[in-house]
Amino acid sequence: MRFICLGYADTENFEKLSPEAVGAFMDKCFAYDKELFESGHFVGGQALMFAEHGVSLSVKGGEVSVTDGPFVETKEQLGGILILEARDLNHAITLMSKHPGVKMGRFEIRPANLEVGKLFKEKTGMEMPWS
Amino acid sequence: MSTTAHSGDIKDLVDDLYRREGRRIFATLVRLVGDFELAEEAMQEAFSAALESWQKDGVPKNPRAWLVSTGRFKAIDSIRRRIRFDKKVAVMAQELEASYESFEENIEGYDDETFNDDLLRLVFTCCHPALASDARVALTLREICGLTTEEIASAFLTSAGTIAQRIVSAKAKIRDTRIPYIVPSKDDLPERLDSVLAVIYLVFNEGYSASSGAEAVRVDLSSKAIHLGRMLNEILKDPEVSGLLALMLLHESRREARVDSAGDLILLEDQDRSLWKRELIEEGSALVEAVYAGGEIGVYSIQAAISAVHARAKTAADTEWGSIVALYDLLLRAQPSSVVALNRAVAISMRDGPESGLDLIEELLSSGELSEYHLSHAARADMLRRLGKREEAAAAYKEALTLARQEPERRFLERRLKEMSE
Repeated sequence: MRFICLGYADTENFEKLSPEAVGAFMDKCFAYDKELFESGHFVGGQALMFAEHGVSLSVKGGEVSVTDGPFVETKEQLGGILILEARDLNHAITLMSKHPGVKMGRFEIRPANLEVGKLFKEKTGMEMPWS
Repeated sequence: MSTTAHSGDIKDLVDDLYRREGRRIFATLVRLVGDFELAEEAMQEAFSAALESWQKDGVPKNPRAWLVSTGRFKAIDSIRRRIRFDKKVAVMAQELEASYESFEENIEGYDDETFNDDLLRLVFTCCHPALASDARVALTLREICGLTTEEIASAFLTSAGTIAQRIVSAKAKIRDTRIPYIVPSKDDLPERLDSVLAVIYLVFNEGYSASSGAEAVRVDLSSKAIHLGRMLNEILKDPEVSGLLALMLLHESRREARVDSAGDLILLEDQDRSLWKRELIEEGSALVEAVYAGGEIGVYSIQAAISAVHARAKTAADTEWGSIVALYDLLLRAQPSSVVALNRAVAISMRDGPESGLDLIEELLSSGELSEYHLSHAARADMLRRLGKREEAAAAYKEALTLARQEPERRFLERRLKEMSE
């Protein structure tokens, strides 16, 4: 089964660390990601830059409007996504519990909705990546 | 021989081994590495490795031992890698490696008994009384039957998240309270076995009483329970294990006859007996006979015997009600409960007429214990109906309807209620 793991990072946790400590943390994450990759569980993923570097699109009065942000109230923000292949939800939980990233912020594990991918293929004849 | 045919053969062999032996190998690995998750991962990796290695080097002399040995090696490997993230596992790795040589000497000597023993450890651990009842069920289905979290959730019409949490906390409890991975001693066995049999019977009944509407998408829990029962009956010689298996087989034999195309329940007396599965009846009845020949008879065996008496009646009128009443007498002594007393009253009414059954049921109801149980009112209504007391019967059917929860049962009671006013 396919799962999408949303990794939330608490920016305060990062601010407390020295650059060396952040480097060491990243190394641990990479080592575990590599392990997941080699065992066929890591299907894809991407780390995100902090939200202050992004913009939000929305429609106001029929026009697309662009704003800075999103400005989140909490210090916690989406830091990355990981596409995981696991036998079932409990297996996904086991795999992600060992991920060093969980120490810096919570993970949300959501089953992929493969129906949408199927529908996309039906309508376009194209395979949606990662589905 | 062409390479593709050869690799296809190996794939079939590995798939077949996975289906037949996967859970046994898992159970053995849990003992060897001392951790459910590590064992699961190691087992999966061992099977993938087998696919690759056996195509190249041929199938080993003892495939099961090869899989256990490889799984164990994969687990050690995984622990070594984890040491980098978690210092605590270093001790675990040392212990595992220290036992390496003696293990390698032993592995070829692993026989059916070793594997069955490990499977029993797994069964008794998953059904441990310290775990909540719904956790035992979820753990049993996932770890012993090999169902996925999502399949269990669909079977119980709940979310995968709910089941996943149950399994995570049950495993944490096993770890934190150090529930030992053992087959209980002779002294503890009867009580611990009760818990195992209760889990299996609960799984069976969940599948058996499922409403027909959603059945197509539900995992067939009854067949999983029967499979568990068969497996347990093979490796643990105990009359109650045979009794439970017989009981499930005899119930299962009537599955198709008990519900009509609209999903409504058909009473035993109205069922088309040609739809009953003969081979299941024969298997179940033979098990009951063997238990009775052994002389040690428990509550599951008695219930199976009752079911077997029904099964051998060619028509409802041929039912040997005298034998059934005698068996209920026995059951009431072995397991004094008002529900058993209610069933006994119904059997007596079939042997001696509705009047005597009605007296017994009213006596039971006046004690108050069964007043909230819809079937006691339904049974009383039925006696009154048979006695031609239509108004009193209608009132009793109404009473039963206020308490009944399952849709097919409600529809049955509504039909009977309507008949009373026709």
